[in-house]
Amino acid sequence: MKFLAKIAAGWLCTGLIMTGLVAVPAVQAQLEVLDENQAPGRTMARQAVKERQVWITADHSRHAILQQAFTSGPEVTKACLSCHELAAGQFHKTIHWTWLDPNVPPGERIGKAGHSINNFCINLNGNEPRCTSCHAGYGWRDSRFNFNDEAAVDCLVCHEQTGTYKKFPTGAGFPVQEPTLFKGNHKTYNPPDWNKVAQSVGRPTRANCGTCHFNGGGGDGVKHGDLDSSLTKPNKALDVHMGMDGQDFDCVRCHTTTLHNIAGRTYATPAATHRKSLIEDDLASKIMCESCHSSTPHKPGAKANDHTDKVACQTCHIPQFARVNPTKMAWDWSQAGRKKDGKPYAEKGPYGKPTYDTKKGTFRWEKDVQPAYFWFNGAINAITARDTIDPSKPVDINWPVGRRADENARIFPFKVHEGRQPYDKINKNLLIPKLFGKKGTGAYWAEYDWKKALGNGMQAAGLSFSGEYDFVDTRYVFPITHMVAPKEDAVACIECHRADGRLAGLTGFYMPGRDHFKTINIIGWVLVLGTLVGVTLHGLGRAIARGRKED
Amino acid sequence: MTGNQMVNTYLYTRYERFWHWLQTALITILLATGFEVNGLYTLLGYKTAVAVHNFVGLTWLIAFAFFVFWLFTTGEWKQYVPTTKKMFTVIHYYMFGIFRGDPHPVPKRREAKHNPLQRIAYLSVAACLLPIQMVSGFLYWSYNSWAAWGLDGLSLPVVAAVHMLGAFGVLSFLIGHVYMTTTGHTLLAHIRAMITGWEEIREGVELEDWEKRPRQGHPPAETEASSA
Repeated sequence: MKFLAKIAAGWLCTGLIMTGLVAVPAVQAQLEVLDENQAPGRTMARQAVKERQVWITADHSRHAILQQAFTSGPEVTKACLSCHELAAGQFHKTIHWTWLDPNVPPGERIGKAGHSINNFCINLNGNEPRCTSCHAGYGWRDSRFNFNDEAAVDCLVCHEQTGTYKKFPTGAGFPVQEPTLFKGNHKTYNPPDWNKVAQSVGRPTRANCGTCHFNGGGGDGVKHGDLDSSLTKPNKALDVHMGMDGQDFDCVRCHTTTLHNIAGRTYATPAATHRKSLIEDDLASKIMCESCHSSTPHKPGAKANDHTDKVACQTCHIPQFARVNPTKMAWDWSQAGRKKDGKPYAEKGPYGKPTYDTKKGTFRWEKDVQPAYFWFNGAINAITARDTIDPSKPVDINWPVGRRADENARIFPFKVHEGRQPYDKINKNLLIPKLFGKKGTGAYWAEYDWKKALGNGMQAAGLSFSGEYDFVDTRYVFPITHMVAPKEDAVACIECHRADGRLAGLTGFYMPGRDHFKTINIIGWVLVLGTLVGVTLHGLGRAIARGRKED
Repeated sequence: MTGNQMVNTYLYTRYERFWHWLQTALITILLATGFEVNGLYTLLGYKTAVAVHNFVGLTWLIAFAFFVFWLFTTGEWKQYVPTTKKMFTVIHYYMFGIFRGDPHPVPKRREAKHNPLQRIAYLSVAACLLPIQMVSGFLYWSYNSWAAWGLDGLSLPVVAAVHMLGAFGVLSFLIGHVYMTTTGHTLLAHIRAMITGWEEIREGVELEDWEKRPRQGHPPAETEASSA
């Protein structure tokens, strides 16, 4: 009704008035509400973030227990637990510790530590010391790691605020004891100043979370596309919320935390099943766009408000991902193993990023990537190394769940990472290679023997390998939800509402501007052109007839 | 030829002319923006085209209600009552007579502005084609409210297809209609009449019974002798 009122008001305004000028005051009242900055979503969001000064009542640098001479991480953890005695117990129950989906029975082995597969370094099993440099713990070298050891929790990686605390890339989660060079990136890692880092602790910042989440897949921006080191100190153009020239949100501003459980999606479990505003539920565990901006965030009458039931905010408001740093878009393991003069080598391409590495194969990096779009209800299903695949076509390792008919499904942006990776030709399943290890362990990165590496990797995972392998094309999706651009940069209507637009691949529904009725267009144009030809001929006939008469 | 004297006659009242040209503007804008939204070309940009199309469409809907009100309160609706009388004579005229310079078999009069062909054409347009466009357009616009209005059964592609087909019909009518304005005794005579209200018509053509508006007490047509 509001829009009808607006139409009526505007109509009267434009001089098409036929009766009475009594409506003019009402028109003015209407126009005030239509002011751009009065969009209810922006107003609500502002209210939600104003006065957000956090305050604390403890100064950890004054705690005597943090002034002792530490020699290792677990010693610091014990000091932390002397006051925060429930912290390790809480953390042990979270996915950040178990690396297993907390919403399915552990026996199903869904998760990094289980049989879940990706098309980057594929799986953790057999490769622990390298992969677990991103585990918030100490000493996960192999399957014998004690998950009940409270002192093995690494408090510092998430809470220290000096930015100097580094876990060594192949140290099973430990920092080094003395300065050590890592050949993988030619950087020297220094032992932490334990007192300094321990006394600096506070709430996790973007830098803390980014330690792992910006570097997933073994390097900056490899995995997600919407998470990389550019978000450590972003401006508003890169992310309107995290921008340091704006609200300067930390990750935990939206990924709210209860008992060390950090809100977010885990595998097939959506971050939140319903999109509610904080007015509806101010204790919602996960802050979604709608929590602050409402489900009608645009100014009254804007068509965009009619889109929010079927199109996620991210779809229009994240026009491209990887807008500052490039992200890896393709990884072909089948090309690994080539050597120059009998030696492994690496090549760099655009953006200074590797395009080939004997250990890993070929890569493709891209910047300013336009997302792919799928219906998405917040859940992502995935196969494991136990599932049967059809190697005759590209294998979807994971895929967004949702159909247009789903009330909770919306069109959502994704990064699709293309892979080519080993599978078992006889058993028809994806394979887990042992990549990391010294010579003699059968690790691919030491011996370049796929058969050995695959046999050892599958054995470490407790799975069987027939001995026959080949490579298959795979796809892996990441939902794109960070790097929200300022509203001026939002995706324009025409980018989807046209035949070759961003949503050309989504079928099963009619979309104005994108879809056409061929038969109706043919009938229509025959009718229109027929009329045009008819009147033209008639007119010519009259002109000729008149000409003759005048002669 | 009977009655060679041309008489300047007041054919179209102020509201009638206003309505005609307003509708012309609205329909032209709707066609231009509609085909842009459909993807035929880029003119205003998609977002603006949609906004303009919606605004003008709803404006048309409201303005059309005034037109219907006018039509029935003035009795002008009788001008749209279809008839087959002289229909074929008129068709024959446009097919042959017009090329020979014959006079129109059913010239305009104040009380009977539409010849039988116009009656059937305008009735089809005003009572059928335009309402179809308005209803399908309104439904298209209100798509997000269908569920709330209990219209879940409607199909967007069907509504869109009807609206599209209607648009071609309107465009086709517009072309024919504009051409027909050139068939007066001069090329611009009909257009001039629709602007000023006055048109020169032959004197002494009697209204036939079937053409008469059965309305009582209507003042005689304002006429004045042409200086020609």
